[in-house]
Amino acid sequence: MQATPVTSTTISPVAGAYHRTRYRDFGSFLRRNPKLILGLLLFGSLLAIGFLGPYVIDTSEAAPMSVMPDQPPGGDILLGSDSQGRSLLALLVEGIPLTMEVGLLAGGIGLLIGTILGFISGYAGGVVDLIIRSAADIMLTVPGLLVLIVIASSIDGFVEIEVIALVVASLAWMWPTRTIRAQVLSLRSRPYVEMAKLNGMNTFQIIWRELVPNLLPFLAASFVGAVGSAVLATIGIEALGLGPQDEPTLGMTIYWSIYYSSLLRGLWWWWAVPVAAIVILFVSLFLITAALDEIANPRLRKGSS
Amino acid sequence: MVALPRAASSIPFYRRPYVGYASRRVLLFFVVMWVAASLNFFLPRLASGRDPIRSRLGMQAATGGSITGIDELVASYSAKFGLDEPLWKQYVRYLGDVATFDFGYSIANYPARVSDLIGNALPWTILLLVVSTLISFVLGTLAGALLGWERRPKWIDYFFMPLLTLSAVPYYVLGLILVYFLAFRTTPFPLNGGYDIGSQPEWSLSFALDAIHHSILPALSIILVQVGSWAIGMRGMMVMTEGEDFMTYAEARGVTPRNIFLRYGVRNAMLPQVTSLALSLGTIVSQAVLVEVVFGYPGIGTLLYRSILGVDYFLIYGIVLLVVFTIALMTLIVDLIYPLLDPRITYQR
Repeated sequence: MQATPVTSTTISPVAGAYHRTRYRDFGSFLRRNPKLILGLLLFGSLLAIGFLGPYVIDTSEAAPMSVMPDQPPGGDILLGSDSQGRSLLALLVEGIPLTMEVGLLAGGIGLLIGTILGFISGYAGGVVDLIIRSAADIMLTVPGLLVLIVIASSIDGFVEIEVIALVVASLAWMWPTRTIRAQVLSLRSRPYVEMAKLNGMNTFQIIWRELVPNLLPFLAASFVGAVGSAVLATIGIEALGLGPQDEPTLGMTIYWSIYYSSLLRGLWWWWAVPVAAIVILFVSLFLITAALDEIANPRLRKGSS
Repeated sequence: MVALPRAASSIPFYRRPYVGYASRRVLLFFVVMWVAASLNFFLPRLASGRDPIRSRLGMQAATGGSITGIDELVASYSAKFGLDEPLWKQYVRYLGDVATFDFGYSIANYPARVSDLIGNALPWTILLLVVSTLISFVLGTLAGALLGWERRPKWIDYFFMPLLTLSAVPYYVLGLILVYFLAFRTTPFPLNGGYDIGSQPEWSLSFALDAIHHSILPALSIILVQVGSWAIGMRGMMVMTEGEDFMTYAEARGVTPRNIFLRYGVRNAMLPQVTSLALSLGTIVSQAVLVEVVFGYPGIGTLLYRSILGVDYFLIYGIVLLVVFTIALMTLIVDLIYPLLDPRITYQR
């Protein structure tokens, strides 16, 4: 893993000029990088369905018994309805923001914990480093979904979406911890950090003013990646039936469609609609991560088209 | 950098770097097992503030007079994990049970032991996962190497780029799509199950062929996704290897492109892939659980799904522990083999 390009220009006397070129670089990078544009477009279209949808369609049709059950798409109900009498379009409009909320919450918390632990581990060294590193290694070996299943199946009664997010976040900190620790280790011995130390900056200032700005592209890529894995884990638990039973998230819709064997009954739209949304969501996150990785790690640019 | 000592005889056995590394690694394996077992013991008790197993057993005893022997189950559980016992005593007893693979009885299908139910399902899962992961590892590594090679033919990009994007999709989502098009709309493959409903698992050629026929779609949905993720990792490593001096030197010496690619490039670049394999076993298994559910494949995943539906705590916890154990063991094996493959490795843990 190579760190960010050596932007030791941070100590440039004309900070404004540096930032301006950086932004212009980013603009031209955006034009040269169709992956990022496509990813953002796909993600944006999902956001639009989720946040503009409620103004266009009637979301009360996401409740059971609100429309005729088992209707194919194209008729009165645009994307069809499931066996419990819910419009799939309304489920989509309700479900996308819920699923994104869990992903953002869990991914964000996981990355935050991971970043803090990574910085402590990389900076403190010694016993603290050993403990944090071993803990992360041990938890990485344990398959996350299975631990989540133990937790989720032990929670009594009604599971709220925020609880699921916290449960997922509790197992989302290990990768960030490891990768950020590695980044910190490689950055802290750079000449400009030595320079800052000689200039009398304290540890906190060095971290905040020298390390964090240089890690930003990396952190952004990690964040998108963390959100992606959090959504993957959440949909996984939900599809097994351990999610919020009365919230129409994308994962719960998949669970009900498997539970009522929609596939064998030929109700293809029931599973196809949430599947399409999930595929678009993951592909867009994947494209954005790949593009951000190339910003953070220019070596990758050479090999990929 | 500590290379494997060539003239190892001069160094005492216990001082050799590999032995130190291996013993640390084995220790880590036992720590992982202990942590997993402890999580399994304490999390359910913490999450609900009381013992969910006790309440589930009570529920069963109250409603299910029809299930014979459930009273004995309740009695034996109470005797073993009685409230009159201090928590640490229950914990020690639990660890002893785990060490001997005794996971108790299934609540939902009472006289059946958890370890027997798991034993029946495990071979299906292992076979499916080992075969499909090996195929994807080889194909993906090769595809990634080609994608990272500067002199690749242009069509490679157009051929593999969609596959890379596919790596973002969960296995079971692809599985749903495959079942619909290849088993429901057209019928070259069976809809679900691991073998024909009429037949019984046995060691015969016809049964094996039938089982393979049933496994193709689940395997395909795992392979198509995994190939992409292996290719992505390998592409990055290949690009880095290409910048190395020995590659330029080989070219200057007039080594044929084919040899540069295979013996100089791929051979060096693929080593970190082995580490990734060890690290991603957990994710692969987690994902495969849901593939089995989609296909009704008679492995661990489907068993887990049924046990969750039936709120069968002993079975859920038994499966989780056993899968964690299997993964930890496989990771240990990969980690122990790795330094033997790559003498450049350092033994700093």
